[in-house]
Amino acid sequence: MSTFFSQIINGLQSGSIYALVALGYSMVYGIIMLLNFAHGDIIMVGAYVIWLGVTTWNINPLVSILLAVAVSTLLGVVIEKVAYAPLRSSPRLSLLITAIGISYLLENGFQLIFGAGAKTVPTFISGPSLQLGSMTVSFPAMVTIVVTVVMMVGLTILVQKTKLGKAMRAVSEDMGAAQLMGISLNTTISFTFMLGSALAGVASVLYLCAYPQASPTMGSMLGLKAFVAAVLGGIGSLPGAMLGGFIIGMAEALVSAVGLSVWKDGVVFAILIVVLLVRPSGILGKTVKEKV
Amino acid sequence: MSKLVEVPGGIIPERDAGKPPVLEARHIGIDFGGLTAVDDFDFVLGATEIGGLIGPNGAGKTTVFNLLTNVYQPTRGSILLNGVDTKGKSTYQINKLGIARTFQNIRLFKDLTVLDNVLIGMHNAMDYNMASSVLRLPRYWKEEKRAKEKAIELLSIFDMQDMVELNAGNLPYGAQRRLEIVRALATKPKLLLLDEPAAGMNPSETAELMENIRRIRDMFKISIMLIEHDMNLVMGICEGIAVLNYGRIIAKGTPEEIRNNPVVIEAYLGKKGV
Repeated sequence: MSTFFSQIINGLQSGSIYALVALGYSMVYGIIMLLNFAHGDIIMVGAYVIWLGVTTWNINPLVSILLAVAVSTLLGVVIEKVAYAPLRSSPRLSLLITAIGISYLLENGFQLIFGAGAKTVPTFISGPSLQLGSMTVSFPAMVTIVVTVVMMVGLTILVQKTKLGKAMRAVSEDMGAAQLMGISLNTTISFTFMLGSALAGVASVLYLCAYPQASPTMGSMLGLKAFVAAVLGGIGSLPGAMLGGFIIGMAEALVSAVGLSVWKDGVVFAILIVVLLVRPSGILGKTVKEKV
Repeated sequence: MSKLVEVPGGIIPERDAGKPPVLEARHIGIDFGGLTAVDDFDFVLGATEIGGLIGPNGAGKTTVFNLLTNVYQPTRGSILLNGVDTKGKSTYQINKLGIARTFQNIRLFKDLTVLDNVLIGMHNAMDYNMASSVLRLPRYWKEEKRAKEKAIELLSIFDMQDMVELNAGNLPYGAQRRLEIVRALATKPKLLLLDEPAAGMNPSETAELMENIRRIRDMFKISIMLIEHDMNLVMGICEGIAVLNYGRIIAKGTPEEIRNNPVVIEAYLGKKGV
């Protein structure tokens, strides 16, 4: 019973991280129909910032965390401005390929600077674990789940209630009409990338709590799985991304719980295949007819 | 209905003669590849004028609207909005300069509520500041509340104040058309472009719409330009009318002049006899 419970907690913990990353994928896709494959690598950059912060620069962990989130956010906005904005009227395929290019650029750039090996990040967040009868919830797991829930509530309020959130939803529904209502496309798109990348920055912090290593390619598998989560939930849908993230996390944990941890990644991608065959629009996604 | 008088570049109602025109389109034209969609479009609209743009299907009427809002950049000519050249401005800046529009095929934000549709229009007429919406929370919510009251006030012009929480996509057709007009008005335009506002309406709805268009003009003291196929509506409320055929203006004048113009009759009905 207690192993089962701890697997559930594991699932929630990794699911939280997937959900945060999936939100970034989904938001950007909702606005400019781009699968931003560089999104996972933003997490990698955040992780390196923390590693630098707590080892080389030896600064306060909290400051390192804030710095990691700030750098991730800025990086996301800069990538959009430099790489995607000039291609706004190009075919979507060009954007997609550019995103893959940026992803490789970041991965190989960091490999060049810091080497291919993984850097171990010393524990930078610690606290008491939570005791529930015979079961324990570790401090990082607790922090991860709580932070994720807070982020999700915050994001939902932001998107539903604020004028920038409404502008985002308007642009995602009808870019042309939104501009004619006085919405600046540049501001709205920048804001979307800002939000998505900030969440990725937070995800990088939470990821290091669970797996204290930074490596140049750490973002690619994490990014891909979060992408699967976004597709499973319905890409473009924010509640869908949250739900998808938790389902993927749980699926991984349960596969490990029955002793098939070698199949963890396989199961995630099997889910992708099933979703694409059975319900390509995802659980909460809308079926949109492609205009011809 | 006021008489039309000559001003440089066109004709406007006599009562607007003292005021600068809201819109001056000077010989604008656009080519798509080898095809000239609109050519030498020359038009002036008075400060409180209701203008009409008519013509057979495919004449280029909606293209003119797209040119006026810089959805397409004109290949030739210039557009002055309240005396400001709109060249090189992006579409959202055009909206801030004072042009709002509705669409031939309704383009509401269907998954958003009626209220949010109107608020989106209003927000962007207000100052667009990222920091204030993210940081200055108390003041922001107060502003937000005032905007909401204003939006409901606008909706009540069209008796839609009870529909605020419905999703725009779930409204009946007529209400969607009205909501599009409210959303456009929320951006505080000086010129409202209506693209076939009466499309799909029955005669009594059209009559009501005519009344509403006049009422909007008088309430907001703006000018309105509309594309329409319903001749009762066009002849009933428009003061100056331009007729477009194959991308060129073939006639300009009062409803009376247009109705009796043989060139216009020919464009619509073909040549008389053989």
